[in-house]
Amino acid sequence: MTISLQNGINTLIGQIDAPIASFFSSCVHCGLCADACLFYTETLDPKYTPIHKLEPMRRLWQQEYTFWGKLMQKVGLSKPVTDEDLAEWEPLVYDSCTLCGRCSMVCPVGNDIVYMVRKMREGMVASGHAPEGLKGATQRAIELGSPMGLNINTLNAQIKHAEKDTGLTVPMDVEGADYMMVLSSAEIADYPEIIGAVTRIFKQANVSWTLASDGFEGTNSGIQIGSSDLAAEIVGRIVHAAERLKVKFVISPECGHAFTALRWEGPNLIGRPYPFKVIHIIELLDELRSSGRLKTEGVDETRMTFHDPCQMVRRGGVVEQPRNLMHMVAPNFVEMPDAGVQNWCCGGGGGVSANHRAEPLRVKVFSRKKEQLDAVNAKTIVTSCSNCRTMLLDGLENHHMDTEVIGLTELIAEHLADNAEGKAS
Amino acid sequence: MEQEMLLWVRGTGLQIATAVFVIGMVYRMLHIFMLGRKKSLAEARGSEWSGGFRTMWKRSFVTTKLSARGNFTVIAGLIFHLGFFVTFLFLSQHIDLIRAVLGFGWPAMPRGVIDIAAVLSIGAMIALLVHRFIDPVKRMLSDFQDYLTWTLSFLPLLTGFMLLREIGFEYITLLTLHIASVELLLVIAPFTKLAHMFSTFIARWYNGAVNGFKGIEI
Repeated sequence: MTISLQNGINTLIGQIDAPIASFFSSCVHCGLCADACLFYTETLDPKYTPIHKLEPMRRLWQQEYTFWGKLMQKVGLSKPVTDEDLAEWEPLVYDSCTLCGRCSMVCPVGNDIVYMVRKMREGMVASGHAPEGLKGATQRAIELGSPMGLNINTLNAQIKHAEKDTGLTVPMDVEGADYMMVLSSAEIADYPEIIGAVTRIFKQANVSWTLASDGFEGTNSGIQIGSSDLAAEIVGRIVHAAERLKVKFVISPECGHAFTALRWEGPNLIGRPYPFKVIHIIELLDELRSSGRLKTEGVDETRMTFHDPCQMVRRGGVVEQPRNLMHMVAPNFVEMPDAGVQNWCCGGGGGVSANHRAEPLRVKVFSRKKEQLDAVNAKTIVTSCSNCRTMLLDGLENHHMDTEVIGLTELIAEHLADNAEGKAS
Repeated sequence: MEQEMLLWVRGTGLQIATAVFVIGMVYRMLHIFMLGRKKSLAEARGSEWSGGFRTMWKRSFVTTKLSARGNFTVIAGLIFHLGFFVTFLFLSQHIDLIRAVLGFGWPAMPRGVIDIAAVLSIGAMIALLVHRFIDPVKRMLSDFQDYLTWTLSFLPLLTGFMLLREIGFEYITLLTLHIASVELLLVIAPFTKLAHMFSTFIARWYNGAVNGFKGIEI
């Protein structure tokens, strides 16, 4: 047995806790989870059945923790986990799972399958079986500070544009601000208009906020690849910056996995509770709305729909807030079938979008999203995750669909009431 | 000889089987709990307990839209489980046994209802087995234990129905076979996926607790 395989197996066994033991003990191989997974529904290939993606881990659980497994080992009917098995499972664990968590909602015995996939990835990384694309993104995040290779200079350039467009100052490294805003790589690189949008909204709502030069990047490839050590280092930069600036809140950007990394996994990764609270930008905007600090004027009559990012809704519990905001400005807002906690993934979450090998499969399974979109025939899709946004744009382009995609924060900023200073002309 | 066999399965055999079932199942469940889990250091937005209990109950009803194969599995699975528990808990002879052991019982259901429940349950089990052979997802997932546990669950239903109708063998033989099949189920259950009869509720609780902690209403 190679050292990397031994590492992988030890890590996988180490990941097995009471929830996982209860899940594997309960699975009756009913196959219902297949119906919840877009990689199965769009290909009808049984290998994409969610629980099957965990087969090496299940075998290890059985061999290590059950009487049956020990008995099978004694009589020579046990099948050890090999390097070949892990190599075969790598595309199943990474390319065909976006960690969307839909399977965890359907399992009749209650198995939280995505909880297990997240942990299985820890073992895959330890055994050296992770996709090159994700390895590269994680390496850039560790060495350069961002999975897309962006740095503070890139951000400063975008800030200059935002300041020129809005006539407002974008606060940087302001000690004692209430809120510290974090951005995602995709926002800085592809959707920098978010910087101007939040600057104007916070100006109107009189929010005390700042960006941090040493903690501006929320995208966490460590979570996606399944390396808690690296994920801790990435999230640790934000924690360090927030503590340095003594902020009360850190605002998670429009990025699903950044929210999961910051809000739910972060304290466990660094091994202590935060001295600040984490709030998603959409949660904050809705709070500002309900307290009367966020005021909009005019509406957009376009037929719009809202795409729920999995990590925000099903795995994050931010369900009503985006709808409250949509209703402020979009009178013709329509819901897709399965909207809300049952929404279908864009196909690119959980590191799939950074994994080039997965692209043909990702493009194929977009047909599920297309079916949802076709049902409502909206002219504009609004979302609150920059990765979903890119995936939607890509999918729409591939299907030659003439549909616009925008971020919810920008939509709100476009309709800020006149009394807002710095309103773009 | 037949009388002796019956006496053994009704006496010593049943005692051994019950003891193995109870001790084995308690050990299996304790073993799950003893693996533990890390307490989350993130700030909770809701209650783990209420989320856990909500999912323990709500997951009995699948609300996600399913394909035809999924709907078939849910409906056939529901019929099998309901039929199994109706025959187990509401046949007068079973209630007599429970009263003799525990000192209390409850009213039985009419034989006609039990007959229908048993037939439906047996039919659903056969349909589920056929589906396991022909459905590509289930066929790929299935291993020896799936077929073993199907057999162990099927035999008490089948022998029980044959006993009520006195089909195939003499009454004493059928009664012996029926009790023996139940004992086989009891002895093997704690060591196979039949343990899901209890672990399901632990699994549902953990799943719901994660959502409850995050304040997600699922």
